[in-house]
This record gives sequence, structure tokens and C-alpha cells, in this order.
Amino acid sequence: MISLKNLTKVYGHGDSAVTVLDGLDIEVATGQILAVVGPSGAGKSTLAQCINLLERPTSGQVIVNGEDLARLPERRLRVARRRIGTIFQSASLLSRRTAAQNIALPLQYLGVTPAETAARVAELLERVGLSHRANHYPFELSGGQLQRVGIARALALRPSVLLSDEATSGLDPETTRSVVALLRQLRDDLDLAVVFITHEMDTVLHVADSAARLEHGRIAEQGSLVDLLTDHDSILGRALQPQLSSADPAAGSRAWHVTYDSRSVPADWLQRISTDLGEPAALLAATIQSIGGTSTGNATVGLRSPERLAAAAFARYGLRAVPRAADPHPSTPATRATEELQWA
Amino acid sequence: MGLNISAAVQIRALADTPLPELPALLVPALGETLAMVGIVMLVVVSLGTPIAVALHNMAPGGLFEHRGTYSVLSWIVNIGRSLPFLVLMAAIVPFTRFVTGTNIGIAAAVVPMSLAGIPFFARLVENCLRDVPRSVTAAARASGGSPLQIIRTAQLGEAVPAILGGLTINTIAMIEYSAIAGTIGAGGIGYVAVTYGYQRFDQTVMLATVLLLIAMVTIVQVGGDALVRATTPHLRRRA
Ligand SMILES: Nc1ncnc2c1ncn2[C@@H]1O[C@H](COP(=O)(O)OP(=O)(O)OP(=O)(O)O)[C@@H](O)[C@H]1O
Ligand SMILES: [Mg+2]
Repeated sequence: MISLKNLTKVYGHGDSAVTVLDGLDIEVATGQILAVVGPSGAGKSTLAQCINLLERPTSGQVIVNGEDLARLPERRLRVARRRIGTIFQSASLLSRRTAAQNIALPLQYLGVTPAETAARVAELLERVGLSHRANHYPFELSGGQLQRVGIARALALRPSVLLSDEATSGLDPETTRSVVALLRQLRDDLDLAVVFITHEMDTVLHVADSAARLEHGRIAEQGSLVDLLTDHDSILGRALQPQLSSADPAAGSRAWHVTYDSRSVPADWLQRISTDLGEPAALLAATIQSIGGTSTGNATVGLRSPERLAAAAFARYGLRAVPRAADPHPSTPATRATEELQWA
Repeated sequence: MGLNISAAVQIRALADTPLPELPALLVPALGETLAMVGIVMLVVVSLGTPIAVALHNMAPGGLFEHRGTYSVLSWIVNIGRSLPFLVLMAAIVPFTRFVTGTNIGIAAAVVPMSLAGIPFFARLVENCLRDVPRSVTAAARASGGSPLQIIRTAQLGEAVPAILGGLTINTIAMIEYSAIAGTIGAGGIGYVAVTYGYQRFDQTVMLATVLLLIAMVTIVQVGGDALVRATTPHLRRRA
């Protein structure tokens, strides 16, 4: 469990002072993965450095397991930092040490006996699936394997919080998926609170339970993935949706953009609405994805019925629906969101 | 220096030293050069490395960032780096005499050579440390290392091959400086080269000292390269 309270970071003094993080409140419960996304320069890496206290926050609290770390003196901070495991973007391994020796580093710093270290390293290598690469040097490992070593090193001191800044950036999609799957597995096995910083929307869908959007050092929105995905007003939710280019509705009918999730909407909503309105509803585009056991849908539906009747039918089954403006160059909400958030 | 010039004026065309007598002349001189360079490198490494570590970590973004101290230290190092060795050697004669009680011989040469070598090596090592990615130090900090542990494992440890490369360059520079120091009577190969080769036109000795210097530099360079390879995982043949 980690919570940030009113976290502020200012670089520089006087006239040249820049407020990079401005009063952030974030909480990640044990067993949860929070994705933090935001455009370049939003302050994501600064946030990461304030969480593991490589940088001191200017004000505010970083509370891990009930203790505020932000004001600890350097010596005690070094001990407290062990509760937070950090995975870096470029793995940041020592090039002259083998995978096993790199994973052993935090244990060595702590003064753990060689025998205990060897046992723990073997266990960690096994956990990240690299037992067969224990004695390989970083230059002999692939990007995904390097990240796994970085993950194992971050876990060496049994932290309760795992922090990852762009850990999957620069990996190919398949490797990203396997690293993300490993993180979720570790979260389950080790009861970690995970802060996953990324600019890749696709990865957010695969890894996170909730997401926060950072913009100009402030949390612009924050919520569970399911809520974000079904909220028409959420920029983040729309950016997370796959980009669909829907078919044009038949002449005389109107296109509706609808979102829903399986917690409140029956699976056969399309049939029911057709029956209620007495016309076949045309499905023009749709995606359904399962987020933590809840399926969320995002669809474009063509209907002839008058706007008032159609809106009432959607509302009856708990769908959120907005008629799509009949503009000559219709753009789906997803593409609009992408235009607003050109992050990658 | 006045002494050397006046000696050079007394041109005496002596016969070249016969080959069998060369070892008796060169072996002690070689010993002196090795002693000078050896002692100087010991001093240079043991003082230059901490200075480099201090410079690197007091610079912005270092482990104990401190602009004021950094500027002062950096300025001192620059002064040491800016004087040509011959000028430095002449300029610090009073200091050398104060430290060693003499201004000729090996002891007297070691002082200016060290003073020139320390800032040179400090800058070389500072550069090596700067080339270690910042994220490696960050990862070591995040892993709970103390400053000393981080300096040892993540900074110096990562820079070992580069530092060995710098050590090679520095050692070769010190061989060169020892020859220059030889001209003011410090002994060693340089002294032999000047007194026999230059002042007496002894071609045999001149050639022999040149070959000896080339051989020394080559051995140091080849040895240094081998050490760099041995300490760099991807340049090392895996068993
Ligand atoms: N040490 C520093 N001193 C002054 N300003 C800094 C410092 N570090 C970062 N900044 C500024 O803080 C802002 C946020 O930087 P940060 O690296 O946190 O962004 P980011 O969200 O991680 O971006 P990216 O996606 O490109 O990695 C930037 O405007 C940057 O210039
Ligand atoms: Mg960043």
C-alpha cells in the first residue's frame, strides 16, 4: 500500500523555479496496479523519482505501509527505500556483472551472507524465468531478459511496492506482453502495490487495474479502468479504446456511440433494444474487452427511431449513448482522443 | 637549464660507446626510469582517483552535489593541467626542494611528475565516470547502496575498463615526462639520451635509448589493451 499526499516537486529557486509536480494525491492498495500515463514532460519520471525518493519531494508525503518516507534523514531513507523496488527503463544493469550478480547487488549492499544471497538469487531467477541465464552478462541477454533481470533485482529485498518507469518502452509487443504478464503474476503472488508508468496506452489495458492521467504535473483524471473505458467524457478512457472506423449508417438512420460494462448491462442489450424499438439495430463498429473480469464494450449502432425514443431505450439497459454528429467527415471518438493525446 | 645549455656548447666529438658497454649504461638507467614512473603512477592513482570521484560526484547530478567545492577543485585541477611539464618542473623547484631536500635525482623528479600526473589522471577518470550511464547510479541508489558502495560497484566498477585505458595513456605520458625530467639530471633513460646522445653525439646510445623508449611504450600499450579486454565482458572470450 502506497499513498502520495499533496506531493509537490519544484525544481530550481526564485524566478527560475519550475513546479513539475503540483499537489498529487495518489493511492495504490496492496494487490493493485495503477498505470500513470501522460504526455512527455508531464512529470512522470519525476513522480517515479519522488516515489522511490531518489529525489526529495519539495512538500507532501510518500507513505508506504503507514510511514511517511519523504522527511526521513538520508541514512534511514536508505533502509526505508528497500520497501520500494524500482524497475528502470533501460534495466540499468552493471555491464561487468552476470545476471545473477546483478540480482545479488541489493543483497550485497545490505550485507546478506553469500549463502543466503545465492539461495535468494536462485529463487528470483526462477521466478522471472531466467534460471538458465544466471551466468550470462547483460550483453548476452535480450531486451526482455534484461528487463526480467531488472525486475528480479527490484524484488530482491522483498519490497511491498513495485515502481516501474517505462519498463516496457522499447520492447516489441510480444515481449511487452510477457513482461506485463510477469508483473501481474508477481503482483498476485507477492501482494505488491504496483505503480506502472508508461506512455503506451495499449500496455495500460493489459497491465492496470486503474489509471491516472498526469498533465502539467497534475492528475487530470484518475479512476478504475472499467470506469474510464465506459465514461464518454474521459479523455483517457477514449485514448484507451481501440481505434475503430465505423461503417456509415444507412440513409435515414442515426449513428449512436455507446459504451457499457457488464456489471450493469445485459449481454444481449442489442437484441433487447431492437425488440423495444421494433427495428433491427445495425452494429456499425464494436469492441468488447475484459478488464479484470468485467467486460467493457464500445460500439457504434445505427438506428432509424427518433432520437428521444432511442435514447430512452439505451438508458433503460444502462448503456451510455450519444448520437454521433452528422458531420461530413465523421471521426470516431477514438481517433479524436488520439488527436488530443499524441503521446507516443 | 643553464647548465644543460653550457654543457651542450662544449661539443666533444667522442667515439660512440661500443655495443658491449651499452647494457652497463642502459640497464641502471632503465631501472631508474621504471622506478620513477612506478612511484609516480602509484601516487597518481592513489590521489587522482579520489579527486576524480569527488569531482564527478560534486558536479550537478552527482551523489553529493556541491557547486562551490566542485568549482574550486576543478579550477585547481585545471591549473595543474595547463602548464607544460617543463615549465611546471622549473616553476616548482623551490617546492620540490622543500619536499625532497634536493632538486636533482629521482626523488626530485617524482614531485613535478606527480603534480602533473595527478590532475591528468583525475580528468581522465572523471571522464570515464561520466560515461557510466546515470541510470546505473540511480539503480544502485534505489537498491539501497551507501555512497561508498555505489562509488565502488556502480561507478568505479563499471568504469574499470575505461580507467585502465586511461591508466595506459597516463603511464605513457609519465614515461615521456621521466625523459624530460632526465634532462635536469633526474637520471633514467632520458638523462642517458641527453648526456650521451645529444651532448656527445653518441649515435649508438641515442639509437639504443630511442629503441628502449619505443619498446617500453609498446609494452605498456599492449599490456594496457590486454587488461581492458580482460575486464570487458563482451571483449573477453568466454571459456
Ligand atoms: N533535474 C531537473 N531540473 C529541472 N527540471 C527538471 C529536472 N528533471 C525534470 N525536469 C523538468 O520536469 C518536467 C518533467 O520531466 P519528466 O522527466 O518527469 O517528464 P516525463 O513525464 O517523464 O517525460 P517523458 O515521457 O519524456 O519521459 C520537464 O519539463 C523537465 O524539463
Ligand atoms: Mg520519463
